[in-house]
Amino acid sequence: MGLVRTTEPATSVVRLRVNGETHVVTVDNRTTLLDALRETIGLTGSKKGCDHGQCGACTVLVDGRRANSCLLFAVAVQDADITTVEGLAEPDGTLHPLQHAFVDRDALQCGYCTPGQICSAVGVLAEAAAGWPSAVSARWDGDPATRDADPAVQDGDPAALSAGPAILDAAEVRERMSGNLCRCGAYVNIVAAILDAAAATTDEEAG
Amino acid sequence: MQPFQYQQPADAAGAVATVAATDGAVFLGGGTNLVDLMKLGVEAPALLVDVTRLSMDRIEPTPDGGLRIGAGVRNSDLAADRRVRAEYPVLAQALLAGASGQLRNMATVGGNLLQRTRCLYFQDVTKPCNKRQPGSGCPARTGEHRNLAILGGSGSCIATHPSDMAVALAALGAVVHVQGADRPRVLDLAELYRLPGDEPDRETTLSRGDLITAVELPPLGLARRSAYRKVRDRASYAFAVTSVAAAIDVEGGLVRDVRLALGAVAPVPWRARRAEQAMLGRPATEETFRSAADAELAAAAPLRGNVFKVPLVSNVVTAVLSQLAGSTL
Repeated sequence: MGLVRTTEPATSVVRLRVNGETHVVTVDNRTTLLDALRETIGLTGSKKGCDHGQCGACTVLVDGRRANSCLLFAVAVQDADITTVEGLAEPDGTLHPLQHAFVDRDALQCGYCTPGQICSAVGVLAEAAAGWPSAVSARWDGDPATRDADPAVQDGDPAALSAGPAILDAAEVRERMSGNLCRCGAYVNIVAAILDAAAATTDEEAG
Repeated sequence: MQPFQYQQPADAAGAVATVAATDGAVFLGGGTNLVDLMKLGVEAPALLVDVTRLSMDRIEPTPDGGLRIGAGVRNSDLAADRRVRAEYPVLAQALLAGASGQLRNMATVGGNLLQRTRCLYFQDVTKPCNKRQPGSGCPARTGEHRNLAILGGSGSCIATHPSDMAVALAALGAVVHVQGADRPRVLDLAELYRLPGDEPDRETTLSRGDLITAVELPPLGLARRSAYRKVRDRASYAFAVTSVAAAIDVEGGLVRDVRLALGAVAPVPWRARRAEQAMLGRPATEETFRSAADAELAAAAPLRGNVFKVPLVSNVVTAVLSQLAGSTL
């Protein structure tokens, strides 16, 4: 079976579920999820920064996980649950806790990277709650002595290592958010906003 | 970007048959590298065969006490796996040192192994590159090569393999399960990759249509004391300038067993077997570790812009092994 290369664009009919709503769209196979969201569906909250997966401005949630929508072809995310910044607030307009925190902390200057920052931060809080480690997690800093001093290891139950949620501090947030660049350099307030939201989430769960 | 067709095969056999039989067909995994290369014009496939829905996403213990990792497992899931974190911490650390949270959520194990060099000339279609266009030349030797190879390169190519994960897998002695058009087979990771020689466009021993279906870690007790150290230009989200994956077993002050691999210094994830041999049975001291690193580096052929990597590798190897050995004494 040989496939003859065509210079004609190949198109596909794709069913995209975005913010709970189903869109059936016809796209050139080359269309990224980012371009489908912005150009075809009209949701321009997700931003095109570098278009090469380096800046994070296009970050959305795919089945609850943060991803660079500029590196996903729309045809490949058929039937996935996609959440963009437009889908974070409640239907009545109540902001998502992270949106609130960004406003309260003035965690932006020009705002272009903000939708990606916020979607990424939603992913970070979910990953931390699931106990996912990071490169700066104290237990995993490359020092086995630290790991072996961990009570979970001493109790002979290494599996317990990832049982609990990861505790976020500023170093953790910086590492986990390193895929989102802010050309204005609003990082100080971005980190503060995410820590606020993390604390609020933890309090709520404790309460 | 060139137009392309897109298919979701029903199973691995179908995916393999299609890619083997179709000119210009390639597998699509997480796409974090392939889609970027398509945007850059470096890759122009006629057909993408999406292998992300083939149920190759499981991490399972093997009967001999190792771990079988499906090729479609995402980097973030592998890094978070409890067995990996407890039994093979070097692998969790290497994964977490790579890319960003978003990219780790997308990238697959199979794709990570087959990602392409980030050599600037390879990624720029307006420049000559023997890897991208055989015979066109290599501007890197006289141009920008700060981050390129000091070991294993050739006159044709000094590109480095960019993966962190693969360096840990090299140290652990991982094997790769491949589904071919004829039959499935198993390769050592070292047998997967080829050094450039005068054919830098041939990076692996895979044939057309060969699909990596899983990576298997052998049971390896000393891997419980293992670590990955990555030197890079930023604290996070940057490719390695040099990296070291190591595991060591020290008994009575002597090195009983040791595994060592180097990243960002060679066209392949570089298992430092010469250094390993030089350490066996010797006192677990800084002197031993440094002379072992220097034995490995005796073959180094650095250029003006990356000669700094020679002492850097020596220093990082010595530091990582000293730290690991110190915690076992």
